Amino acid sequence: MDNDVEVLSSMRYEGSARRSQTYNKTFVDHIWNFFSSVRVGVWLIILILVAAAIGTIFPQETFIPPNVDPATHYESEYGTLGLIYYLLGFHNLYGSWWFIILLGMLGVSLIIASLDRGIPLYKALKTQRVTRHDQFMKKQRLFSISKEAELDEIKYTLESLRYKVREENGNLFAEKGRFSRWGAYVNHVGLIIFLLGAMLRFFPGMYVDEILWVREGEKASIPGTKSDEGQYYLENKEFILEMYDKKDKKFNGALSSVNGEVAKNYQSNVTLYKTKPNHTIGEDPELVKVQDGEIRVNEPLKFDSFALYQTDFKLNEFSKMSFELEEKATGKKFGKLTVDLHDPKKKYDLSNGYKVEIEEYFPNFILNEQNQPSTINNLPDNPAFVFSMYSPKTPKGEKAFVGIQKNIEAGENQFKMSFAGIETKDLTALTVKKDHTLWIIALGGIIFMIGVTQGLYWNYRRIWIKQNQDGVWAAAHTNKNWYGLKKDLDFLVDKTGITPLVEKETDPK
Amino acid sequence: MKKKRFWFRSALLAILVIAIGYTIYNSIFEESGTYIKKGDIAPNFVLTDLNGNRVELEDYRGKGVFLNFWGTWCKPCEREMPYMQRQYETYKKQGVEILAVNVSETNVSVNNFADRYRLTFPIPMDRQREVTKAYGIGPIPTTILIDKNGKVVGRTSESLSEKKIISFMEKIKP
Repeated sequence: MDNDVEVLSSMRYEGSARRSQTYNKTFVDHIWNFFSSVRVGVWLIILILVAAAIGTIFPQETFIPPNVDPATHYESEYGTLGLIYYLLGFHNLYGSWWFIILLGMLGVSLIIASLDRGIPLYKALKTQRVTRHDQFMKKQRLFSISKEAELDEIKYTLESLRYKVREENGNLFAEKGRFSRWGAYVNHVGLIIFLLGAMLRFFPGMYVDEILWVREGEKASIPGTKSDEGQYYLENKEFILEMYDKKDKKFNGALSSVNGEVAKNYQSNVTLYKTKPNHTIGEDPELVKVQDGEIRVNEPLKFDSFALYQTDFKLNEFSKMSFELEEKATGKKFGKLTVDLHDPKKKYDLSNGYKVEIEEYFPNFILNEQNQPSTINNLPDNPAFVFSMYSPKTPKGEKAFVGIQKNIEAGENQFKMSFAGIETKDLTALTVKKDHTLWIIALGGIIFMIGVTQGLYWNYRRIWIKQNQDGVWAAAHTNKNWYGLKKDLDFLVDKTGITPLVEKETDPK
Repeated sequence: MKKKRFWFRSALLAILVIAIGYTIYNSIFEESGTYIKKGDIAPNFVLTDLNGNRVELEDYRGKGVFLNFWGTWCKPCEREMPYMQRQYETYKKQGVEILAVNVSETNVSVNNFADRYRLTFPIPMDRQREVTKAYGIGPIPTTILIDKNGKVVGRTSESLSEKKIISFMEKIKP
């Protein structure tokens, strides 16, 4: 007759068996019930935390040196454990399929567990009755019976405490802060939005995080910025590295204790270009200037939805090397040649029958395991050459191996290549960033915090007043902060003279 | 009521599974740091090869293209070169072309290398790394398999055995 939903736990569904126990569960219901379980949710969180912790043992793929193959790097660097780490995908944790599945399952668990609890709770709280069963009243932690009480006074007092009061057959129900009960669900909505944002990073066009190296004076395409309207290019006009002047009075005090120089500014002066819409990759681009810009740390160049951040630099990379052909006996020189280290010519004609040919070029010279001259990579950090030198005196040519501080002759040569200067260039490294997911993640975070605040800083207080034969019954409940509720009740007792509500002894179970 | 619940639950679970599945699908290609996926049309590019000839990918429509990215300093690249050369001689007649894009090296270095291994397939020189960047090439060697319709049908960054190369050639043979 009385559908008090909270009388006893067995009475929660009016004594009827739970729905899931009465009807034949389908496969879908089994899955649903699995994810509905809080225990499953907690286990998912634990698994994710443990995986994330393991992911910090060795560096993530992003932080290993570029140009090494991760497949071999982890094993050679960290042994068998490293290999297992790599094979299980811990090296790229946030991108590994099983980690995404775990996160996805957590998302599913959040949605289903919230739906399964939130909706019934909402319905139950919405259809609360004013008049409650005696048993329900007695069961509450705070309870009292007064001989008599002025109902209007109680109502007025509670309303002055900003309770919402309903009246039915001379009984009262006062509630305050019901919305705090939604805190957990708002919090979950925030988390789901947050996960959605993280998920969208993997969708094309949503997220770009690339690195771009450009030499001074060169133009390079900006990775991730190609669209139907064309491809963006960036010219590095100048890279600037400024140091603090130690002699400057202003900085002297602070800098005198520091060894070496202290950087003041890292800056790239750049020009942004865009190609025509029908640009083919690799073709000499027809560039249209978009804008000039100065990029400093934390002051990116922004265009469209992209931003270029100053990230790294390399000073004084060799760009050109000059040599002179010299007769060893006389010291006489027969012309100078300048080798572009990024595009050396095969032959250099010095006229009058003198010429030099490049037989071999090693941009980053090393002697390999077989003791053969070789190169580490394609960057001219330690250039070395095998030259053939021709002169009217030596028409067959003489060979010499020439590198930095090295000059090895094939036999007894009459001529040599003498070093005549080097040109260098600076490089700048910029991070290309585009992130359409940031606002979604921020929104999720804000909603999450609202939910936390809602659930933690407010509480749902309820007071029932019921007129019975033996007097006026009062009962009160709150989901947290009993102290606050008691203060409200003290005020009520003080104003209306009802019997103070006493805390029941907790039942020894 | 029971039916309604069943459909609601099924629909919600289906949406979530599709969303997670699609994320994983994308993440797998994100992992190899690329914009080019299996099933995409390989973006067209134009480069000059070692002999000074213009090489445009689209000109090879109707042929299978074994697109290899390499450098002379890279040992695994060096290992697979003789295999590639040998299979090139076999499969060229059957309509498969090898394009061995060199990543930002000089003609002098690559010429010596090509002479040493008697390479006869075109070696487009990607001096500015434009194609390398656009194809999202990380470690080399990376091989991309393109069928006669210009569609990417495979991608790998392993050093290839001769057997593997043959199986690739069979895959893209028109």
